[in-house]
Amino acid sequence: MQIIIVGCGKVGLTLAEQLTGEGHNLVLIDPDSSKIQEAVENFDVMGIVGNGSSFNVLSEADVDHTDLLIAVTGSDELNLLCCLIARKTGHCQTIARVRNPLYSKEIAFIKEQLGISMIINPELAAATEISRILRFPSANRIDRFAKGKVELVKFRIRPEFKLDGYKVADIFSRLRFDVLVCAVERGEEVAIPNGDFVLRANDVISIMATPQDSMGLFSRIGVKTNQVKNCMIVGGGTIGYYLAKQLMEMNIKVHLIEANKERCDQLTELLPEATIIHGDATDKQLLTEEGLEQAESFVCLTNLDEENLFLALYAKKHSNAKLIAKVNRITFDDIIDELEIDSIIYPKYITADHITRYVRAMQNSIGSNVETLYRILDNRAEALEFIVREESEVTNIPLSDLNTRDNLLISCIMRNGTIRIPRGHDSIQVGDTVVVVTTAKALNDIRDIVKK
Amino acid sequence: MNFSIIAYIIGWILNCEAAIMILPCITAIVYRESQLRAFLITMALCLALGIPLVSRSPKNRFFFIREGFVAVALSWIVLSIMGSLPFLISGTIPNVIDALFETVSGFTTTGASILPAVEPLPRSILFWRSFTHWIGGMGVLVFILAILPMTGGSQMSLMKAESPGPSVSKLMPRVQSTAKILYVIYFCMTILEIIFLLIGHMPLFDALTTAFGTAGTGGFGIKNDSIAGYSTYIQVVVTIFMILFGINFGLYFLLISKKIKQAFALEEVRWYLSIILISIFIITLNIRGLYPSLGEAVNHASFQVGSIITTTGFATTDFNNWNQVSRSILVILMFIGACAGSTGGGIKVSRLIIAVRTVKKELHQYIHPRSVKKVTIDGKPVEHEVVRATNVFLVSYMLIFVFSVLLISFDGHDMITNFTSVAATLNNIGPGLELVGPTGNFGIFSIGAKIVLIFDMLAGRLEIFPLLLLFVPEAWRKF
Repeated sequence: MQIIIVGCGKVGLTLAEQLTGEGHNLVLIDPDSSKIQEAVENFDVMGIVGNGSSFNVLSEADVDHTDLLIAVTGSDELNLLCCLIARKTGHCQTIARVRNPLYSKEIAFIKEQLGISMIINPELAAATEISRILRFPSANRIDRFAKGKVELVKFRIRPEFKLDGYKVADIFSRLRFDVLVCAVERGEEVAIPNGDFVLRANDVISIMATPQDSMGLFSRIGVKTNQVKNCMIVGGGTIGYYLAKQLMEMNIKVHLIEANKERCDQLTELLPEATIIHGDATDKQLLTEEGLEQAESFVCLTNLDEENLFLALYAKKHSNAKLIAKVNRITFDDIIDELEIDSIIYPKYITADHITRYVRAMQNSIGSNVETLYRILDNRAEALEFIVREESEVTNIPLSDLNTRDNLLISCIMRNGTIRIPRGHDSIQVGDTVVVVTTAKALNDIRDIVKK
Repeated sequence: MNFSIIAYIIGWILNCEAAIMILPCITAIVYRESQLRAFLITMALCLALGIPLVSRSPKNRFFFIREGFVAVALSWIVLSIMGSLPFLISGTIPNVIDALFETVSGFTTTGASILPAVEPLPRSILFWRSFTHWIGGMGVLVFILAILPMTGGSQMSLMKAESPGPSVSKLMPRVQSTAKILYVIYFCMTILEIIFLLIGHMPLFDALTTAFGTAGTGGFGIKNDSIAGYSTYIQVVVTIFMILFGINFGLYFLLISKKIKQAFALEEVRWYLSIILISIFIITLNIRGLYPSLGEAVNHASFQVGSIITTTGFATTDFNNWNQVSRSILVILMFIGACAGSTGGGIKVSRLIIAVRTVKKELHQYIHPRSVKKVTIDGKPVEHEVVRATNVFLVSYMLIFVFSVLLISFDGHDMITNFTSVAATLNNIGPGLELVGPTGNFGIFSIGAKIVLIFDMLAGRLEIFPLLLLFVPEAWRKF
């Protein structure tokens, strides 16, 4: 694909590396000529010095024949403007990085009104990643959809879960959790179950649900998620704020240490439930006082990479907490890995990974009406995202009356930014984003979901 | 220094050379010439060296600017040595240095010959001589980049070392696609010229070799009197194509991508065409008396101007006999050279623009010492790095020039001969003035002088630095 990246910062360069590696043709735009120089010397890309929101610069980058524009400059507004202009002049899809929490509540509106395909908030993405690590072991996760609002979680049904003999429909009706079983792996086979499918012990099932619902289901049936019960966060920046908020939604107790008094004041207003502590986390006494020894998890999110690493090492010695440290800049990943800190978070990689995933999905969907296509369960099934743009034989019909193909499941409908796990009485409306999970390959249009 | 990757690249160069020798082989078969044997032996040798080098995939594929430069310089030397073997083996040029001179002159698209007469040479040898121009014009490594899948951004340094001009810009996001598009443009324009020449009733063999000479801006002819014996139509066609091949290939790319307005706004091309027109005008006025009609004077003036500024070196008349003004203009054009990113040599018009504007800026700075000004081309500021590199290039260019003139003056020829022979080789033109004029040849020089001129030709084609880097001991150390 032809891709334009505006902004050669950390994320821009990481993306350049990943995407050229996957065989895409890249044009990089940045006003700083030395950054462009660096990029062109290191990667097989074309560089243009200039402002990415300028029409002339974009046409020099051949925006007319570009499939995707990724705007990752330091400024939210510039990113949005780049996308807007690219959208109006070329006919490409656009991805913008927007990090101001003010806008993050309006993401759905901005996306829809400006026609932007994806908006990524790096801090939110990093916070979501951290909270996922704290919620359950990574082996369980497979994929996220609708910007992380729903997850596809995979786990093996153990005999003690008492799910043996359950019909799929029973999970909703008897356990009262809004989850949808999307795929069942039994031995070598992968099945896309309908409501009457009977689960057996040792099946590996993939469920689609919001994080809250999947957590609820896990605790109800007794899956050990090793979820932590409390968390000490050092650094009350944007990631710290998002993380604290997400953790408290999971009923995890949060202690947040922040050195700046004014920021502490803000945080107490934003997070009334959390314990906000004003102090320097490098003060050993303060850490002990706040109960470092009893902490089950310890997350370092200050702006200094070195401080984060040292704090994590200190906590390792004095507690049994699960350790997570944020590293922004340091490139010595192999050395850091040797420190045996449980998880290191590189925000630039998380952002770049999200975008790369989107690019892959877009690549897969070229030549069809599929918005994005994710290969799941080791390539044995596909999750396809469709946007319903017009009335057709599948719209406005209750799903129970829709004669869908075998091994196909409508697993998620997103309407006006809210997620619903579809039930028989729901129907597909114009304007919905629909996620379909299927083992049948080569679906090209939402109309292909019905039996022919 | 990553020697394994350099060896790998050179291996590919050798294989490539074996592959392109198929064409002179075909010529030898068509004309039933015994030189076929010489080409087959050379091919076998190239493959014998090349295949083992390629079969061992390099341990680490990292390479930086110095590896790129050294690989390019070594490749050109290896290419020239192997390319000279057919001359030696077939016995057409028995002397090693002479054969090397002729091949280097071919690959660097100089077109300076040590042969007093070319007409007695076998057809296959003539074909090979001209074909080296075509290969050298766009560059072998660019060709290899176009066909070989290589990863990493570092391949840009190969292109940088081989492509002429103060700064290399990609036409497409990927080096490989850029290299491909360059060769496609190059190939299509060559075919176009062949067709035009054939329309003018030129024999196929002559059309092919002349087109190769023009496309690479080389200048080896297959006739003793170069292009003078052909019809006026053919001379006009060659003139136009010489000038076209001297234009930055970026212009053709812009034309293909339908950015016509941008294409004609390129300052370098405007300067280039203006210089050509002004020179033709002055020379025509100056030589009007030497020819029977005005038309003929214009034809000769434009052919010679086109031939010299693009550093091709074809001739339709002995410009050695022209007036001093015309001769001086031609010598100045030798130095200016063609556009960056073309197949021509010389200092390049864009460097001239940068140099002129730097001087202007400097003067401005004397009047307003605190003023801030940038050198611009096409309305865009030129990076300080590029300005600096241009200045350093000019200085090293002068140094090499002066030193070469000094060295070859030991042969005892007159000043104009020495001066223009270095100018003609360092700028990859071919003919100079006096003894090395269109009717003379470089056979008059001693072995030592020839080696100096061989160095000058390579230095001119690779724009000095890749070749100089070979002589820096530090470049060869591992740490």
